[in-house]
Amino acid sequence: MTEVLRASNVETMYGRVMAIRGISLTVKEGSVVTVMGSNGAGKTTILKTISGALDPFKGQVEFEGRDITALDPDVIARAGIAHSPEGREVFSLLSVKDNLMMGAYCRKDRDEVARDLEKVLGWFPVLRTFLEKQAIYLSGGQQQMLALGRAFMQRPRVMLLDEPSLGLSPLLISEIFQIIKRINVEEGVTMLLVEQNASVALPAADFGYVLETGRIVMEGERDVLMKSADIREFYLGIKAESARGDRRWKARKTWR
Amino acid sequence: MTALSFADAMQLFVVGLSQGCLYSLIAIGLVLVYKATEQVNFAQGEFMMLGAFVGYQFIVLMGMPYWLGAMLTLVFMGAFGYGVEALVVRRLTGQPVFTVFILTLALGIALRAVAGIIWGFGNYSLPAPVDGNLTLGPVIISWASVLSIVVTAVVASALYLFFRYARQGVAMQALSLNQLAAFYMGIPVKRLTSSIWAMSAIFGGIAGLLLGPMTLVSTQMGFIGFKAFAGAIVGGFGSIPGAVIGCLLIGVTEPFFDIMFPTLKGIGAYLIMFLVLLIRPQGLLAQIYAKKV
Repeated sequence: MTEVLRASNVETMYGRVMAIRGISLTVKEGSVVTVMGSNGAGKTTILKTISGALDPFKGQVEFEGRDITALDPDVIARAGIAHSPEGREVFSLLSVKDNLMMGAYCRKDRDEVARDLEKVLGWFPVLRTFLEKQAIYLSGGQQQMLALGRAFMQRPRVMLLDEPSLGLSPLLISEIFQIIKRINVEEGVTMLLVEQNASVALPAADFGYVLETGRIVMEGERDVLMKSADIREFYLGIKAESARGDRRWKARKTWR
Repeated sequence: MTALSFADAMQLFVVGLSQGCLYSLIAIGLVLVYKATEQVNFAQGEFMMLGAFVGYQFIVLMGMPYWLGAMLTLVFMGAFGYGVEALVVRRLTGQPVFTVFILTLALGIALRAVAGIIWGFGNYSLPAPVDGNLTLGPVIISWASVLSIVVTAVVASALYLFFRYARQGVAMQALSLNQLAAFYMGIPVKRLTSSIWAMSAIFGGIAGLLLGPMTLVSTQMGFIGFKAFAGAIVGGFGSIPGAVIGCLLIGVTEPFFDIMFPTLKGIGAYLIMFLVLLIRPQGLLAQIYAKKV
């Protein structure tokens, strides 16, 4: 598998705060890569730096071998990276259909666009029933579906997903992650998935990074990470049985 | 107070209507820019003045046929509006809103001065595309007024259809609702924003070409922009149908107000704005949902 996306030593300032401090990560074609971390770890900043909404202070972002560091976000989007932002950011007063069609704004292949629209509505049948309704009337879960569908309508080669599970019920989360996996497998879209909710993100991923206060502290294949004691305890909330299980205060993460 | 006959009232109504239409054309330009970028272009009245002067240059000074001169004027205004955004306003992205206010105020002053230097500070007459009057029973309307009503109706409906059905129109709405998300979709936000300024300058130019024959062309004619501003506020700043309704309301009541209260001539528009702000501060047709910032 070849690399489609690579960030090297990226440092990004958020105002006067350095939100990410020298991040390097690679995403292989056709894979799902997740970046896990708690609030304020810098997850969103990574995605914004890749998609061009923030310009890095240092470092380089490459997409399919091309340097895309600090290009305008619309240029990067047209190059083939779709960013589905945190908090959905749907166009509130536009209809569901117009929202989806805005994803396809830059595409000329009308027949393909129509087919992709059908695909999205097939994945999320609830959107079909609200097709002419303004997006603001949708529930949070439906808006998340809309944001995902809209990103897919760009026919990207890489999708950047920022916390698709945010504020959703467990049932909806699993439904949405199934579709994410389907888009990945059936449509061959590479995913870079940023999540606080490691217990849903990690099982869906092939490879994972753990981010803490702007640094990558751990990385590995899914199965390796799933077995790591630190990940199990701090991110998945699975506690190892032990005779002195209440000594959590003494527990140290391996990276500190 | 003087009693008005029905015929007089109708006459005033029609005059007010055509005046209101001109206000609307300016207000549409204001609201377009405001909706897309949350910037208020205080130079919109001066854009109109510039349109009138450029039309005067082409049609009167250079002797072009009217429609050719008018067309070229609108092309010039489009390029001018595009340039103002691309070269000046865009540099202020990310600055506090009032910097753009001050900038456009200054631009208005500068445009008045430059127009005066180029064309002079006097009053100049611009021919109307149509002459004569339309007589409807006791009511006499100049064809120029009829034209301004028709043009406004055509422009407003064309704009409605554009925003409803055209891909670019929907994208302009999208970027006004959520600029960052529009960027993420690959929508060329910068180009579209400049185009919005171009459209708004073109509407200013149309208003200038229509108003010029009625009031004479002068560097002071841009002050009518303040009435358009009042109309846009009455309608709920940010709504195009609202701006049209607000401007028509102001245009139609103004001549009646001036006749009834001659001592208060000229402030009717602002009184209406004041009343609307007191009773319904969001304007007559405000968008129900506040924009997420």
